[in-house]
Formats: sequence, C-alpha cells, structure tokens
Amino acid sequence: MIKIKINGQEQSWDGDPDLPLLWFLRDEAGLTGTKFGCGQALCGACTVIVDKEAVRSCITSINDVAGREVTTIEGLHPDGDHPVQKAWRQVNVPQCGFCQAGQIMQAAALLMENPKPSHDQIREAMSGNICRCGCYQRIENAVHLASTGV
Amino acid sequence: MNFIDNPRKLRGFEKNLKVEKVSRRSILKGLGITGGFVLAAPVMSRQAFAYETGAGKMPHGVVVDPRVFVAVAPDGTVTILAHRSEMGTGVRTSLPLIVAEEMEADWSKVKVQQAHGDEVKFGNQDTDGSRSTRHYLIPMRQIGASARTMLEQAAAKRWGVPATEVKAVNHEVVHSASGRKLGFGELAAEAAKESVPSIEGLKLKDPKDFRYLGKGQVSIVDLHDITTGKAGYGADVRLPGMKYAVIARPPVTGGKLVSFDPAEAMKVSGVEKVMQVRGWPWPSKFQPLGGVAVIARNTGAAIKGRDALKLVWDDGANGKYDSVAYRKELEDASRKPGLVVRQEGDADAALKAAAKVVIGEYYLPHLAHVSMEPPVAVADVKGDKAEIWAPVQSPGGTREDVAKTLGIPEGNVTVNVTLLGGGFGRKSKCDFALEAALLSKELGTPVKVQWTREDDLHHDFLHTVSAERIEAGLDKDGKVIAWRHRSVAPTIASTFAAGAKHAAAFELGMGLVDMPFEIANISCENPEAAAFTRIGWFRSVSNIPRAFAVQSMVGEIANATGRDQKETLLALIGTPRIVKPAVKDMWNYGEPYDSYPIDTARLRKVVELVAEKGEWGRQVPKGHGLGIAVHRSFVSYIATIVEVAVDDKGKLTVPRVDTAIDCGTYVNPERIASQIEGAAIMGLSLAKYGAVTFKDGKVEQKNFDDFQVVRIDEAPLVTNVYIVPPGPDTPPSGVGEPGVPPFAPALMNAIFAATGKRIRALPIGKQLEA
Repeated sequence: MIKIKINGQEQSWDGDPDLPLLWFLRDEAGLTGTKFGCGQALCGACTVIVDKEAVRSCITSINDVAGREVTTIEGLHPDGDHPVQKAWRQVNVPQCGFCQAGQIMQAAALLMENPKPSHDQIREAMSGNICRCGCYQRIENAVHLASTGV
Repeated sequence: MNFIDNPRKLRGFEKNLKVEKVSRRSILKGLGITGGFVLAAPVMSRQAFAYETGAGKMPHGVVVDPRVFVAVAPDGTVTILAHRSEMGTGVRTSLPLIVAEEMEADWSKVKVQQAHGDEVKFGNQDTDGSRSTRHYLIPMRQIGASARTMLEQAAAKRWGVPATEVKAVNHEVVHSASGRKLGFGELAAEAAKESVPSIEGLKLKDPKDFRYLGKGQVSIVDLHDITTGKAGYGADVRLPGMKYAVIARPPVTGGKLVSFDPAEAMKVSGVEKVMQVRGWPWPSKFQPLGGVAVIARNTGAAIKGRDALKLVWDDGANGKYDSVAYRKELEDASRKPGLVVRQEGDADAALKAAAKVVIGEYYLPHLAHVSMEPPVAVADVKGDKAEIWAPVQSPGGTREDVAKTLGIPEGNVTVNVTLLGGGFGRKSKCDFALEAALLSKELGTPVKVQWTREDDLHHDFLHTVSAERIEAGLDKDGKVIAWRHRSVAPTIASTFAAGAKHAAAFELGMGLVDMPFEIANISCENPEAAAFTRIGWFRSVSNIPRAFAVQSMVGEIANATGRDQKETLLALIGTPRIVKPAVKDMWNYGEPYDSYPIDTARLRKVVELVAEKGEWGRQVPKGHGLGIAVHRSFVSYIATIVEVAVDDKGKLTVPRVDTAIDCGTYVNPERIASQIEGAAIMGLSLAKYGAVTFKDGKVEQKNFDDFQVVRIDEAPLVTNVYIVPPGPDTPPSGVGEPGVPPFAPALMNAIFAATGKRIRALPIGKQLEA
C-alpha cells in the first residue's frame, strides 16, 4: 500500500506501483486539472509540485512519491488566487488553456525558488512547457507580473 | 481607444464573468421554455446590412431564433448558448457577447452554456474555416435584437404604453417618460409569451453605442476555470463505471491487422480486456482505422497493456510510402505542365520573351497538428442510444457519423461538446469519437478512448506535402510581365474518395488561383499528385505552401532587381482595384464575391500599415534582417514583418514581429491579438522544425522530441499587432487562421536579408548551419 499526500489529503494506492502519478491523479483520484500531453516529460502539461519541486507526473511513478506531498493545480490556492493564477488572468494568457495548469505549476515552482526571476530566467525555467497555441509572450509577462506583485 | 494606435496596451481586467447560484430550473422558466421553433434558414436582411455572407450555404445554414439561443431567468440571469466549439480562439465568448451587446444584457449577468451537436436546431456548427464571427455576427445581432424587442414589448404591455416609448438599457427596460424601470428577470415570463419579431423589422443598435463589441475589454468566460484546473476538456470527462481504452492501430494507412496475442497484455495490473476494433478501408473519410483496444481501469494500465501486445500487421499498398522518394516525384511533376486552373494572357510566350526569368522551387513537408490535448472521446452507448462527450470542431458532423457508424437514428445520438485542448483542424475529424462509440457498444459500459502523443503523430490527418514552382518573367525594366505557378500536393479530397489526384476548388482557392498581383500573363497549374496517407485540414491549409512560394518569390524578385522588398511587393500588387481572376468556380472561402472581393486597396493598406508601424527599413544590427510578406486568406488581409537574427553558428532568433490585419468588422480585438501572437509561434514552429516524414509507409516521428515545436525560449521577444479599423459596412472576415501563412515567407525574406541565404525548402533545420 502506497500512501501519498495530495493537496493536503492522504491517499493510498494498492495497485501497480509503477503507475505514473499522472494517471493516478486523473483516473483514480479524479483530479483532472493535471493534463496528459506527451507521456515522455517533453511538454510539461502534467507538471505538479512534489514537496517544493516541479515534476512531470507522466514519468514519475506513484511509488516515487510515496510519503511525499503532491500539489496539483486544484490545490495551489484554495480560491484559485495564487499570485501566478491572478497574473495569468490579468494578462489574459490562455487560448485553449489545456497546457496552462502545467505552465502555472511550473511558474509557481519557479517563484518559490527564485522570487524575482529575470526574463531570461523565466524563459529558461518555462522552456519545458509547450503551448501549441503560442501564448508564450503572455506567459513570460504573467510570470514577471506575478513576481513583481499582481 | 483606437486599437491601432496602441497595440501593446492589451490588458484584461479582473471581473467575475460568471453569476453563481443560478438553478437550472429558474433558467427554464425564461425564454428558453418554448424550445425549438426554427425559422427557415438562411435569414438575412439586405435592408439592415450592406453585405451578405456564405453562412446560408453551409450545411443546415443559419438559425435566427432567440428562443433557441437565449434564456432569461426570473433572477435576471441571461443564459446564451454557444453553438460553436471553443479551441482557443475565444469564440465561446465572442458569439454570446454579440447577443448580449445587441440585447442590452449586462455581461456580468450572462452565463454561457455550450450547445450540444444539433444543426437542425442551432444551424451549422462546423467550427473551422475561420468562419464563426464572419458568419454569425449578423445572426447573433439579430438574435440579441429579437430578445431585446420581446423584453421591451413585455414591459410596454405591463405599463400600458406604446412599445416605441420604452427602451432596454443595461439589463433593464426603461420608460423614461414616467421613470419606470423593470429588470430583465422581472420581464422574463411575459417576454417569453411575446411573438418573435420579424427579422426585417428589427432595430439594431447603432455601433457607436456598443459597450462590448470592438472594445477588447471582456476576458474569455473560461478564464477562471482554466487557471484553476476546473475547465472541462474532452479528456476530463468521467462517468460512473467508465473504462479506459487505448488502441493499437495499423502503423501504415490502409494496413490491416493479421493477428494479435493478448496474453502478456492481460497480465498487466489493471488491464481488464483486449479486443479488436472494427476498421474501415482507406480512404473512408473519418472512419476509424481499426486495430486492437486494451481496456483497463485507468489510462496508465491501458498504455502499459498495449505496449505488451504482440501484433502482426499487413501494411498494404501504402507500405512503400517514402518521403525522400515522394519529394522527388513532386518536384519532377512541378517541372512539367499540369492542369491549367487559371490562365490570363499568354504566360508561355511572355516567359520566352522576358529579359530575365526568376525561378523559385519550394518544398514544404507534411505537418502534424499536435494540439496539446491529443484526440480523446468518451462514449456511452446503450441499446440504440448513444451519448458522446468529445472535443470536436464538428458536433453536427460527429452526430451524423456516430449514427451512421452504429446504425442508429441521428436523433438517438447526443454529442456533448467539451472544451477543446487545441484543434487546428484535427478535431474536425471525429474518428476518435467513432472509436469510443464502437467500443462502448461492445463493452456495454461507458468508455474513454485516449490517444497518446505517438498515436496522434502516427494517425493524424496530416497537412499536405507540396512542391511549389514559380517562374516570374521580368522585362528589361524589372517589371514582372509573366507568372507561372505550379502547385503539386496530395489533396484533402483523397481522404474522401480513392484516387483523387487534383486539388479541390477550395484548395486551389487558397493562394494559387486567387493570387492578387497585377501581371498581364498568368498561368496557374496543378499537376497530379497521389496520396499515400490521410490528408486533412491544418490551420490555414493550402495557404501555407502557396503564401510561402508567392511571398518568397517576391523576395527573390526584389533581389534580382536590386529593389526593396516592400516596394517590389507593392509594385506587384499594383493599382487599387477589385481583382477578377479568370477562374471557373472561384471558391472565395465560400463567400459571395460582391461582399468579399479580392480588394488590392485593402491588401496595400496592410502592407503600408505594417511598414509604418513596424518601422520597415529601420537599421538593424549586424546579423539581423527584416522580411515582409502579405497574404489574403479566409477573406482577411494580413501583412507581417519579421526581424530575424542569425548568429555565426547559424542559430536563429526572432527579436520582433509586426503584423497588420484587416479582418473587417471585428468583435474582440484582444482575442485577435492573441490569435496573431499564436500564429507567429505556429509559423515559426513550422518554419524551424515542422516535418512529418514517412519511411516504409510509417511516420518516422514519435513525440515532441522529434516533431519539435517552438518553446518559450525561442519565441519572438515582441509581437505587435495592428488592427485596421473597419469601415461602417465592412463585412467581418477570418481571424483564427490567416495569421499563419505570411509568417514563414516573411521569415525567409528576413533570413535572406540577414545572411544572403535563400531557404526554399522547409523546415529550416540545419540549413543555416552550413
């Protein structure tokens, strides 16, 4: 039996310990905010925060996060008002929106580590997250806004 | 604010666009109670509008009926149906916003509800071809005006005054003579009993009184849900008892399953069943390819189970498809005469007589859509009834195809449209929904079919691959006197009918026969090309290769004559006029030519505007270059200037992009800007990396590592968007797609300016490193 804490709640799993965390979150725990985009850690749509680090849940097995604390987009802020979320809305970042949970989690992790990133640091940190609609300019502006106060 | 003067000041505002705590029951007491009375389509009024659109010619045409689209609850909540699919363009906000504007509804009290697939009830729902605003600006205004009129009539009756004395203002009806007011909610029940006014008699708002249209101050309705993970995409649908499936499909288009061994797959924890899926022979429109499905308790188990399957395939006739050999075939064909699809003057003779002939041969490979949400669908089939939840651009078409595939009446099929995690044309083809329907029918339970990224790349309906050859004949003064353009590419028609080898009228009309230059001798030709895989629409379709060829050729002519790119471009466009190409069955994006002609004054205007705002001719640092391109597509006019920087190792960056768009009368400039910003990224992606290639009939790329798209660290640092203010009667035109075509040729012209290297084949790949 694997026990993990997701958004503050204890969860357990007694199935395949190699099951990617992504599919546990989406299909078993019903937390569908975390998205499947590639399955190979190439696009970042599945990004969640484990302890304080952004990880790709599609290649992270549930066994790898046993006993650790997982935060998904649903648990980032109780009212959805994390500075990154607010900045995203203020800048009108999303088009289709599918990659945005992953983008927001990646940005939130960046700001935990580096509260005032430069534009180059923002671009570097966010470069693992693909947006096919091409919202990059606004993503960069929103992360910058979140870091300077929304 | 005049948007054109200050394109960078695009700011949203924080506003709660949703009204919470509205019970469904209360909505049903509003206007929506009478349901589906449908007026004969199309309903257009020449008196009210100076233009017509092709909306009425779309399947099922247009429905203009407030009782179908609008409901007012006693608490004042106005619910407006969005009948087109949201894939990122903002249409789910923009169309209801038009209704709210004309109805005098307060947007903060409006709730948007997604319509299911039912074209008899709602009119055409195909969300493609950059058509939604173009076709629905008038009908949505009429629907809003009808609803407003009904509310005004109800208030006038209540007060016993003539209807001409009352006026709807911001969610209330006001009788200014007596100072009386009634909220929309208070009038809902009585308004529902009013007869729907005739379209011809409707009074529409004066555009100067618009509160929302053209302002760009309203954020998309899903913004909060998207940023909190609550937005519901196709992949997010969960039903009680639902199973999770992935499918192994024939690796070659038209291939067949010979045998399979499920034993190892069945040993995977969580796998419940392995079963064959019915496939259709190629081509068969959007019917499933068939294969073997693994059914499991979660998607991860299904994928692991599929990896363990032992499968034997017969690749069939397309097993020899090879992109290297095929490129040579296309290029050979482009060097020989082909079917003449436009002829003016005598291009042959003029080319022979020319002082100089500039020849450009261009090659553009297959592209995959790779929307961030791979194809996915949920189906629940019980007996002769089917319910589908899917991210489809074609809810009506999906409904028809599910009914046909299952052999049940269309009325027994419900298609629920989720948000689309990107579409770009891929989700106009509902094969994934048909797969889910077939599996659910056999399993007797709800099932979700999830495509992996590898599935998406291997079984896409790909953007075509093409060779474009242009010969331009110049007289001794450098004036272009002859133009021959041969375009060779497998056609989308080949997905519908075996053996189709020539472009369909709609493909010819995307940048080949509608070429707008003022040249005396023109020949456009379309040599044959056979298809060996599924070809489909990709954002802006054939405009990508045609604009690439035509606008690169402008750069080549500029170079050959030693003139400025922009001046060369304007000289080719020629005098301001309505172009009348000598073409049979001119497609013109399905629009009447009178309302949507090729107007070179508008084409010139976007070139001049982008040149002015984008500071054409400015000094750029060493290793930088500027390129320009213009293209009319989806009846909009777009010009782009790209600044590129190429370092001594051949690494390319894009410091700045400027784009001017004339899309006629527009609804939401803020979303137009986002579409154009995104189109620059997509244009850069296809230019730098975009190529799907085949070997032994199989797609060679698997995922985002070998089918790369641009990431944030390569994105343009600045993208400026300038929107041409429309005239009073300028019809609305496309926005979603037209930003893509001019980007790549503008980039190629910029690369030439920076390096002296002319890139004629995409993707750029390592060509600059040599």
